Amino acid sequence: MTRESAPVSPAPLVEISHLYKSYRRGSQDLVILQDISLTIASGEFLALMGPSGSGKTTLLNLIAGLDAPDKGHLIVKGIDITRLTEAQLASWRAREVGFIFQFYYLIPVLTAFENVELPLLLTPLNRRERQEHVDLALELVGLSDRRQHYPSQLSGGQQQRVAIARALITDPSIIAADEPTGDLDRQSANDVLNLLSRLNQEFNKTIILVTHDPEAASHAARIRRLIKGQLLDENDRRQT
Amino acid sequence: MLKLTWRNVIRHPLRASLTVLGMAVAVLAFALLRTMVAAWYAGVEAASPARLVTRNAISLTFRLPLAYLLRIQALPGIVGVAYGSWFGGVYIDERHFFPQFAVDVPRYFEIYPEYVIPENPKLSFFQDRRGCAAGRQLAARYGWRLGDPIILRGTVYPGEYRFILRAIYTGREPTTDEGRFFFHWDYLNESLKKTAPDRADQVGWFLVKVARPELAPTLAEEVDALFKNSLAETLTETEAAFALGFVSMTEAILMAIQVVSWVVIGVILVVLANTMAMSARERLGEYAVLKTMGFRPRHLAGLILGESLILALAGGIVGLSLTFPAVHLFRTALGQYFRVFPLTWGTLTLGLGVALGVGVLAALLPAWRAARVSTAAALRKVG
Repeated sequence: MTRESAPVSPAPLVEISHLYKSYRRGSQDLVILQDISLTIASGEFLALMGPSGSGKTTLLNLIAGLDAPDKGHLIVKGIDITRLTEAQLASWRAREVGFIFQFYYLIPVLTAFENVELPLLLTPLNRRERQEHVDLALELVGLSDRRQHYPSQLSGGQQQRVAIARALITDPSIIAADEPTGDLDRQSANDVLNLLSRLNQEFNKTIILVTHDPEAASHAARIRRLIKGQLLDENDRRQT
Repeated sequence: MLKLTWRNVIRHPLRASLTVLGMAVAVLAFALLRTMVAAWYAGVEAASPARLVTRNAISLTFRLPLAYLLRIQALPGIVGVAYGSWFGGVYIDERHFFPQFAVDVPRYFEIYPEYVIPENPKLSFFQDRRGCAAGRQLAARYGWRLGDPIILRGTVYPGEYRFILRAIYTGREPTTDEGRFFFHWDYLNESLKKTAPDRADQVGWFLVKVARPELAPTLAEEVDALFKNSLAETLTETEAAFALGFVSMTEAILMAIQVVSWVVIGVILVVLANTMAMSARERLGEYAVLKTMGFRPRHLAGLILGESLILALAGGIVGLSLTFPAVHLFRTALGQYFRVFPLTWGTLTLGLGVALGVGVLAALLPAWRAARVSTAAALRKVG
């Protein structure tokens, strides 16, 4: 079941055409993605589903500028990010993408507040402004009372909510979520997914969710499936 | 970022403490070994460019006739000449070694203003033929006070020699040896005239003061020319060269000490580099996540470099702080071997510089690796 998301802008945010990606393992080239073409509208909540090794995380990494394709075009907000240098990509990521990972990846020696504040250290905001932003983000994810807690003092669900606050803090265009509920119990997973839905519906955030959990994917407005590096037709309902 | 750097430092308190401790021990050892080398060169450092030493050309163990004094004195450009002999007596027993010199009082002390003696004791020492002067450290070592009798048993000049301590000198410079014992050459010579007349009226060396340092090389040649083809040809050299001659006898040991001092630093460099590599490897996922947020390779390199520098600097500061009591211990416990054990600003600065250098070098490889890490690959690995 998919839920209707907020009205999406007709202008595409992400335009992918004929994208290829392979990795070299020893003397062999492993083809991960083949001829991927996809458009994601601004404000869309898209789920990428597929079995392990289908290339969904690789596709997410390419869209988020963490990896470079071998071939093809990848245009985000009118910029072909395959042509950006490493430094330009870093600045672009800082502005445009917020990441949420399966294992949260919070810095264990920093408090929830400090973890959320991290991306803002690259901005010209002063300390007071940063504090205001972080307080707002933590309030949004319902963790205002946990701001001074270290990750080890938080439950998995709370840690993932801190990670979401960190992903949101720079107000990015895209939120890239890679199996964000993979390490959570059902209740915490639902909390996280509801939070993502809320971000999409209330704040019009474009969310790309990678998952192999149909229930998680059901929170998205659109589901695209990948099998063996190929994107299935939208109407193709093969089990993944 | 500074906060994160600091938190990373204390993330593994035991590992950090042991690394700092290791660094501290290495810097302490380095500073002590360098101080030991400096102690060896103290005589060279303390030498004056306006002083020459004339000795027998064959070797220092051969003496020179006292009669040379007047001929040396007569050379233009020479403003003072004194003489002395190594006595080499035994005080109590052989373990209580300290250098003893029979010198031409008072001229010797006029040429050596570094030995500072208060006016009254100086006069008393100069006037008493059996009087002697000891350095402050030497007097403190044996609890000598002015007026105390001191008996030495001669080995180079057999017999029992009785002295009265008339003066205690202090060094004008930190490198001045305060562990020496001086007495009147005349007293020795009078004894020799009675016991071994063939050894009387001979000196171990002449100490020559020249009017200006730039005259020293010419005057050295002129002094040696005076006694060319005589039975006791001379070798005249600057006081520094004379002192360096002693140092060169132990050059291999000094070289070994210097090599060891750097080996110690090399070992701690490997230890710190391993610690940093281990830490960086453990945090690969975190570095990848920081990269996803837009942090650049230089930020990651800065984190690792900062952590390495804090550990190295903390170890360096602890090590150098421990050097002060360690040097004091060396001075008191091994004072008879290292009468001048100068912990200089140069050694301290070098120690701190070495600690910083180790901090930078240890961080290079892990920082380079972290900077080059592929974000997607690192996330795949830790995920």
